[in-house]
Order: sequence, then structure tokens, then C-alpha cells
Amino acid sequence: MDTFRYIENVSSLILNPEKCIGCGICTHVCPQNVMEMQDRKAAIADFDACMECGACVTNCPSGALEVSPGVG
Amino acid sequence: MDKQNKKIDLAGNGFSTTGVQLMESMPVNQGACGELPSDPMAAYEKPGYKLMHYIEGFIETDVCLVPLIKTDLDRGDHIANGLVRCGISRYKYRVVPGLYAVGKPTRESEVLVTANFKLTIDHLRKAISGIDAWVLVLDTKGINVWCAAGKGTFSTATLVRQIKEAQLDRMVDHRRVIVPQLGATGVSATAVKKESGFKVVYGPVRATDIPAFFNNGFVADRQMRTVTFTLSERLILSPIELQTALKPALIAAVIIFFLSGIGPGVFSITNAWARGATAVLALAVGIFSGAVITPALLPFIPVKEFALKGIIAGFGTALLFIFIFPAAAISLKGGIALLLFATAMSSVMAMNYTGTTPFTSPSGVEKEMKRYIPIQLISLVLSTGIWIYAAF
Repeated sequence: MDTFRYIENVSSLILNPEKCIGCGICTHVCPQNVMEMQDRKAAIADFDACMECGACVTNCPSGALEVSPGVG
Repeated sequence: MDKQNKKIDLAGNGFSTTGVQLMESMPVNQGACGELPSDPMAAYEKPGYKLMHYIEGFIETDVCLVPLIKTDLDRGDHIANGLVRCGISRYKYRVVPGLYAVGKPTRESEVLVTANFKLTIDHLRKAISGIDAWVLVLDTKGINVWCAAGKGTFSTATLVRQIKEAQLDRMVDHRRVIVPQLGATGVSATAVKKESGFKVVYGPVRATDIPAFFNNGFVADRQMRTVTFTLSERLILSPIELQTALKPALIAAVIIFFLSGIGPGVFSITNAWARGATAVLALAVGIFSGAVITPALLPFIPVKEFALKGIIAGFGTALLFIFIFPAAAISLKGGIALLLFATAMSSVMAMNYTGTTPFTSPSGVEKEMKRYIPIQLISLVLSTGIWIYAAF
């Protein structure tokens, strides 16, 4: 959602590029278009758009992503 | 056995039964009104079970009878959906989990996975009218897909369990299940594949995009994958926000009436009613501002924190109210107290609204709560003090 911005610099999202295998599934499952592929690896394109839902963490096959998700 | 193929006018008023084979032992009903049309669904009734109104038949497969879901919503559905949107019988609004069908699915048809909240089911079935598919309903305890995914009931485990219980591998020849995008929070596609043999394909966020998704070669484009929060999507959440506030507000109203009666003669019932009514009105304005006006104006109020959006909207709404109904303020001191009170209540309700928005992060909400709850509490205490003082 481009018009909806929330509080900045608070997300607990962490990406470990060394563990990333470049499958791209994080870019498919994120509902806020936070992730993008750069040079065949995942990168955080829009950190402040992250709502800590955990979809990327749950689906990453190599555990390259961490977030402390809310209660749902 | 006498076999007779002839036209028999059973009722004497135009009903005919050409081609009926009359056997000797079969009684012929010659009643004056003719046969009552039999309910085709009556054949599926079983002692002790009630047939759900949204089922229009059953499909016979090698494995079992699969209920066929109607893709049109009737008036009863719309009324029930409206009530649930207001919080009435919300947790009872469920569908039995398991395998259902829509249209005329075959062993090649896709499997759409969903939650057992009836509102979710209604959104889905309305959108897939004309499509032939299997619908696998998970037991999310009557919660919608995204919330259930966050809470862990729309998960790898429940999906794998339902795939096995429905014997999906015997129902379809392919090995794909289409999971709503927002289920991804709770579902690991790799784990589901490993544990059930079925590959998860993430479908669009909105059920209304399913036909386009099917036509698109089962590829979800960026628009299908992005969550929106339009004006109607924001306002549809207001009734339940108001319903949640109802009981605390009524208790607050009683307290307000008592506090409003405090004055020079210790306690005056006339004051309690007159002043109390005005103060309760301020409470209502504050709640309305936080639960309806702030959500409506959400993207237009140029601050990030919802509590602050509520302050701005609350202050504006209360001022507007006093402008239109100057008598409501009673006195200058009273007016200041009520303005502060309405603003604080609006902030509380707006902050609460973060729980129902699709773009707020828990970390962000925690930060704004830490900052604004003390401000809200101090404002409430201060406004109460000024209000009582204004009576003297």
C-alpha cells in the first residue's frame, strides 16, 4: 500500500544475506512488497513497510529471515 | 408383472406421468390436489443432522459424497453477515471443516484452501461462481485466513492434517493446493510439500481476483499480492469497534452522571442529569471520532501514530460539535473539560484501531502505546477534574 505509511525504524525484520539461497519466495508471500530480488539474492526494498506478519520467515527455506511477529 | 406405459392423469388437473411403469403393487395417488413437489435435498437428510442452506447438492466420488456449495448468497446470508460485522454471534459463524466442491470439479480441478469462518467462505464462494474447483476448508475455529495464520490455526499442521483427512490424494490426480496469499504467515510451502506431497501455490490476496488468477496461468501479479485498505474496507470495521466500546462506554456513562452531580450542594440530581447528559454526549463524540472519523480520514491525517491521528480528529470533531451546538459547552470551563475529554477518548479509540489495520507493525504499536497511553490517562484525569470544578 503506497499511501499507508506507519511508524519508521521500528521493524524487527532482519535478513542474513549469507543464508539466502535466492529462491525468491519471500518476494511472493510478502503482502507489503517489502522484499525484492537484487543480484539473485533477496534484499529489503522497503524496511518501513514491514508489518512483521512473519510470512517471509515462515516460508524461507534456509532461515535467512528473522522477525518477531505480533499476536496475529 | 403388468407393465403399462401410458399417460396417467394423476390429479385430473393437467399433471401427467408419461413413461411411468406401473407395477401391480404400486398404489396410485388419486388425491384431489395431486402430489406435493418433493424437496430434492430431502434425499440427503440423515436422522439427527441438518442440511446447511448453502449446500445445493452432493457430488459422488470414489471416496465419499462431497457437498456442493452454492455460489449465490441469499438474503439470510447477507443479514447474518451484517450482524456478524457488528459483532453479533461472531464466533459461532462457522462452517464444518473438510472438503467441499463448487461447480463440477473433476480429478484435474484445482483445490482452493480456505478458513472455516463463514464470512470468509461467503467471500470465496461468491467470487468463484462459474469455476469448477474443490474447496478445502481448514478448522481455524471460525477465524478468517490472515488472523488465523497469525494465531497458528491456519498453519502447515492444519493444512497437512486436512489434506490427509480429506484423502485429497485420492480425490485429485495432481498434487497442488492453492492457498490464499495471506495464509503464508502460518504456512510453510516447503514443509507442506514434504509432509503431504502437495505443492502450495500461493493465490491472490482477494477472492475476487481468483478468476483472473486462474486465467493468468496461476500467477499472482503485484496487484493481486498487495493488500489494500480502501475507504469501504476501513469503514466496514467501524461497527465492531463501536460494539467493543459499548459496554465500557455504558459503565463510563453511569460514572459520568454521578460525577456530574457533584457541586456546591454536595450532590444535585438535576445537575447529574443535565450536566451528565452533555458529558456523555462528549464521550459519544470522542468514541465516534476515534472509531469512525479517524478510520475514514486515515491516509489524510499527516501523522504516523494512530493515537495522534485520533487527537487531531477528536479535537476537530469536538470543536465542530461545539460550533454547531454551542449550548453543549455549558460554560467555558465545562467546554474546555469536555473538549479535552472527547479528544482523549478519540485518541484511545483510534489507537485501538491499529489492531484491525493491515499495515501497522506490533513494534510500532508498542512504541505509540508507550508514548500516548500516559498522555491519554493524564488528559482523562485532568478533564474529569476540570469538569467537576466547573460545577462550582
